[in-house]
Amino acid sequence: MKRTFSIGGIHPKENKLSRDAQIETFPLPDVAYISMAQHLGAPAEPVVQKGDKVKVGQVIGKPTGFVSSFVHSSVSGTVTAVEPKEDLAGMPVMHVVIAVEGDEWCEEIDRSKDIVSEIPFSAEEILEKIKNAGVVGLGGAAFPTHIKLNPPKDKKAEWLIINGTECEPYITSDDRIMRERPDEIAIGAAIMMKALNVEKCYIGIEENKPEAIISMMKAASSHPGMKVVVLDKKYPQGGEKQLIEALTGRRVPSLALPIEVGAVVQNVGTSLAVYEAVQKNKPLIDNVITLTGSCVLHQRNFLVRIGTPFSKMLDAIGGLPKDAAKFVSGGPMMGKAVANLEASTLKATSALLFLTEAETKRKEESNCIRCGKCIDACPMGLEPYLLNKLSRIGGMYDELEKEKIHDCIECGCCLYSCPAHIPLLDIIRVSKAEVMNIMRNRSVKH
Amino acid sequence: MITTIIYTIVCLVALGLLFSVVLYLVAQKFRVEEDPRVDIIESLLPGANCGGCGLAGCRAFAEEVVKAPSIGSFFCPVGGDAAMEKIAAALGQEAVKTEPRVAVIKCHGTFDNRAKTNFFDGYASCKVMVSLYSGDTGCKYGCLGKGDCVAVCKFDAIHIDERRGIVEVDEEKCVACGLCVSACPKSIIELRPRGLKNRRVYVSCSSKDKGAIARKACSVSCIGCGKCAKVCAFDAITIENNLAYIDPAKCKLCRKCVDECPTKAIWAVNFPIKVPVAPKQEEGQSSVINNEN
Repeated sequence: MKRTFSIGGIHPKENKLSRDAQIETFPLPDVAYISMAQHLGAPAEPVVQKGDKVKVGQVIGKPTGFVSSFVHSSVSGTVTAVEPKEDLAGMPVMHVVIAVEGDEWCEEIDRSKDIVSEIPFSAEEILEKIKNAGVVGLGGAAFPTHIKLNPPKDKKAEWLIINGTECEPYITSDDRIMRERPDEIAIGAAIMMKALNVEKCYIGIEENKPEAIISMMKAASSHPGMKVVVLDKKYPQGGEKQLIEALTGRRVPSLALPIEVGAVVQNVGTSLAVYEAVQKNKPLIDNVITLTGSCVLHQRNFLVRIGTPFSKMLDAIGGLPKDAAKFVSGGPMMGKAVANLEASTLKATSALLFLTEAETKRKEESNCIRCGKCIDACPMGLEPYLLNKLSRIGGMYDELEKEKIHDCIECGCCLYSCPAHIPLLDIIRVSKAEVMNIMRNRSVKH
Repeated sequence: MITTIIYTIVCLVALGLLFSVVLYLVAQKFRVEEDPRVDIIESLLPGANCGGCGLAGCRAFAEEVVKAPSIGSFFCPVGGDAAMEKIAAALGQEAVKTEPRVAVIKCHGTFDNRAKTNFFDGYASCKVMVSLYSGDTGCKYGCLGKGDCVAVCKFDAIHIDERRGIVEVDEEKCVACGLCVSACPKSIIELRPRGLKNRRVYVSCSSKDKGAIARKACSVSCIGCGKCAKVCAFDAITIENNLAYIDPAKCKLCRKCVDECPTKAIWAVNFPIKVPVAPKQEEGQSSVINNEN
């Protein structure tokens, strides 16, 4: 039996429709809208003004707190505005708008295709380079990578874990980079091993990506301590805590970070970005995005400059697909529905997915029959039916905290498995936010 | 046979006496001193336990009132002045008159006024919707129409008009307890004084967007043009963040601003409908005033 995590999980239909589409370079947009809030934590502060000329890779936003990140220009041209613009959820976020002129890169960026495997830098230099390149976790949460690679002094990392599971249906961007650029990913992992000073590195890949497994095994063989582990296919294996359990057998306790059990998890996309940042001096200015959906005629994987508007990407597949009813940034399980087609791609955008009405329409909610399917499905060992019930009463925050609602990773397994179509996650997410707020206020007071 | 019965009776009587003594002593020892006025005041309150006064319920209100040096800072919105007078009399104090209030909705984004830009398919709750995105219309400040306020109202005074897609307050039933105000994640409900003869003038919009954006999203939005503030003779209107606000304390209900507003975002309710008078006034008749009832 292949390795996987022990509690809960589901296996939705994979639908990896775009898995055989090679990565293509997406044409430059006419105008790039670069968000200042592309990472977890404090938004970056714009350091350019209207009328400034910028080159590809130039810093246009600087971090404003400890958990924050640099933002670089992904195009060359003239800044036409620095203003709040609506993001994909329709909320105003500070953006730098750049009218694209040509494609002029900063001189220090090495644009050659040669693979540089020598790592001459010290751990401090590596962290500095990663920080200055604005690398964030590309698995979805966009947590600044240099902070994750610099754990507190009293905690010792034992493993670096590279997440190549890509357990979300539809998305194939990680699969493609593992197949097309395995050596670079492996070197990126080796760089992070050096930064963390660890001996062991596991690369976890689900069994439904055999080509990626073979190519990554080949690439990993030249690095001591690096090992590719084939995992069973189960969602949400890409969740940090689930992946650590699948690979090391250790469970991260409630409210603790993975470093408590000696693990640091990074996505394969992040690993590639780290390679480019450290070996090629290239900041995080582009990423691979899957354009897919059953109603899309041509499934594509594109290397896209960050800040390309979604509407521009629609043109590449011949406009909005005919039957598309819902447009999602990310996968169908944890992705965010796009309410504003004028929004643009972010560092952590991994896929743009079109769903038809039949695929996305919610069924009518009926009563809970206490079948316990949600409990079986929950990978965190929670009782979603109970959390839902307590949330609907309102104000039961102490009870919800006792039921560990803050452990919920919002993976949606409960909602997926519920035969009564109860919107469990929608309701749990709102009360989770309230409970987390209460807990935060309490810790501030003490 | 008879002795068994006698023994039983004697035993039970003895036990009963013993326990009554024990219970009496325990009751003396652990007696809770409670102000007898608490019960009296509780009986004077409406007993809705709505929490509109800011306390946990009617009992809690009574306990707090009895403890406090004066009843000035307490008000039961359900019982209103009548209940407060009785409570003041019971406590031997002077009642403080307050102005009766009512909830008003500062949004009039009906289906006709505000076009939908997307369709929300999630759980019908404003709170859930707010946690996900800005809403299913171009306006990110207005009513979401999922009825979180309806769910909390204990007096059946607030409803969603499904046909027009907007929330409405039944002012006969509204007691201004404020539950809906705190339930609304968009903060579009305000408690305003009922006003003379129930007549009120207020801005029925919460949009802080700039004029052009607000207007594009909704035809009856406040665009922050400031015409109302200019025409107001009593300095009652202030414009902040592209949104006008009419101070009920200063407003004299002259309704000049209502006619002046280019988007008809200012509402005057419960005024008699202006009848077009006489042929003298041929042009420039003011528009008919909206009347909710």
